[in-house]
Amino acid sequence: MRALQQVIDGLATGSIYGALALALVLAHRATGVVNFAQGQMAVVSTFFAWSLVQSGLGVVLAIALTVAASLLFGATVERVVMRRFERESPMITIVATVGLLLLLNGVSSLIWGYDLKAFPPAFSSGTLRAGEAAVSIPALGTFLVLVAVVLVLYVLMMRTRLGLALRAVADNPDSSALSGLPVGRLLMVGWGLAAGLGAIAGCLVAPKLYLDPNMLAGVLVYALAAAVLGGFDSPLGAVVAAWIIGVSENLAATYIGVIGNDLRISVPLLLTVLVLLLRPQGLFGRREVVRV
Amino acid sequence: MNILELGGVVAGYQRSQVLHGVDLEVTEGGVTALLGANGAGKTTTLRAISGMVWRRGTLRFDGRDISRMRPDQVARLGIAHVPQGRGTLARLSTAENLMVGALRRRDSDVGTDLQSCYDLFPVLAHRRNAVAGSLSGGEQQMLAIGRAIMSRPRLLLLDEPSLGLAPRVVREMFRVLDDLRAERGLTMLLVEQSVVAALDLADRAVVLETGRVTLRGSAAEFAGMDEVRRAYLGT
Repeated sequence: MRALQQVIDGLATGSIYGALALALVLAHRATGVVNFAQGQMAVVSTFFAWSLVQSGLGVVLAIALTVAASLLFGATVERVVMRRFERESPMITIVATVGLLLLLNGVSSLIWGYDLKAFPPAFSSGTLRAGEAAVSIPALGTFLVLVAVVLVLYVLMMRTRLGLALRAVADNPDSSALSGLPVGRLLMVGWGLAAGLGAIAGCLVAPKLYLDPNMLAGVLVYALAAAVLGGFDSPLGAVVAAWIIGVSENLAATYIGVIGNDLRISVPLLLTVLVLLLRPQGLFGRREVVRV
Repeated sequence: MNILELGGVVAGYQRSQVLHGVDLEVTEGGVTALLGANGAGKTTTLRAISGMVWRRGTLRFDGRDISRMRPDQVARLGIAHVPQGRGTLARLSTAENLMVGALRRRDSDVGTDLQSCYDLFPVLAHRRNAVAGSLSGGEQQMLAIGRAIMSRPRLLLLDEPSLGLAPRVVREMFRVLDDLRAERGLTMLLVEQSVVAALDLADRAVVLETGRVTLRGSAAEFAGMDEVRRAYLGT
């Protein structure tokens, strides 16, 4: 059935959007900031992994080392760049992340160049077939890793002391400090974790998208749409929304003639606008309550 | 034993200086009321102790110099600050707000303390899973006090806890504070506009006028004093 294949393909592309959306949501949950540079940080991490592979390391080991290095990278970015802007209005903080995006884009092209690079897949190639539908093993692997990460994130944020501390700092840094929490250090941890997650996302999608400084620029738009649709404080919401976007985009492109392949990006954008109008907290988010 | 000592403290915000030399002592186990009109510097004094504003001068807690510490470092020494406006962690639940207060503790009595918080403030027990931002003003005030005592502090700083609360709720809250004083021997420095309630709870009182201490003595002495009335009403 053609529709089923479209759904499976949609889930596969959706998983790509979802991986970056998860990093965005984690960064927001832990720091209160929408990090427009999340994709670019992930690309830098992926380039780092690529260099490790070039020097002879196996791809899985390279990814593991890259994730570790990305934890430090994220923490450093917070300490050196974002710390100056955290006390400012949200607008200024967002502009700072956009500046960071541009900076990292320039740095990556300086170091690694603009040509497309092949990135070895972490999963073996091959296809699983069920009747007329087929799913590639890398796509399935990405899907499963995403599910695993959502579970780990849930446990971390909702059931551990560290998770509570991170959420407290994102909610109210002043009160958290009065309760003895080291706000600066926790923000570094939040940024580090988000960067590590971004590294996983980048390395998972690079084999399909090919690695260059702009690899995730388009994906960022989809990831933001997914985060908004899912509700910015819900990791599960972001991933489910990403799958919804992937599937609906595919189905719309195939079955709605006027959209076709040229206007397929309009689908997530229209969905985002609709959600913001009708249900701003997203599908899974919580309505912000302000008592007067 | 003076648990807190301030000597010649000047402090303020970015471009303004609010305190012009504050001298203050708080003895362990006592409740000191910090009184004064709006703008006198009462909130700034508490913020100076906690390290939330710039300050210079002598600030000692238990003999230790705290004049250069960050707010989280001051808190970890055992000073719990209940800020003006409650400082609720609005998107976390009631229970999570209380648990945040205990995050720095490594002992195993946290669960027992949580239960005694619920015993002290039954309304919090009823709303333990509610989003904290949806609690009423009085409930959030109880929550803020609860979060502060979950850290088992040695000194409790309270900044205008009665602000915006109905009289019945204020009475209830002060009754709880009195229980805390009696049962746990908790030392408190209380900033209050509600002079009568404050003097009822406190054993010592200090009056601030435009950033300086102008009067100090026992709460009993203060209760009828003309100077106190003058400081508040200017008459």
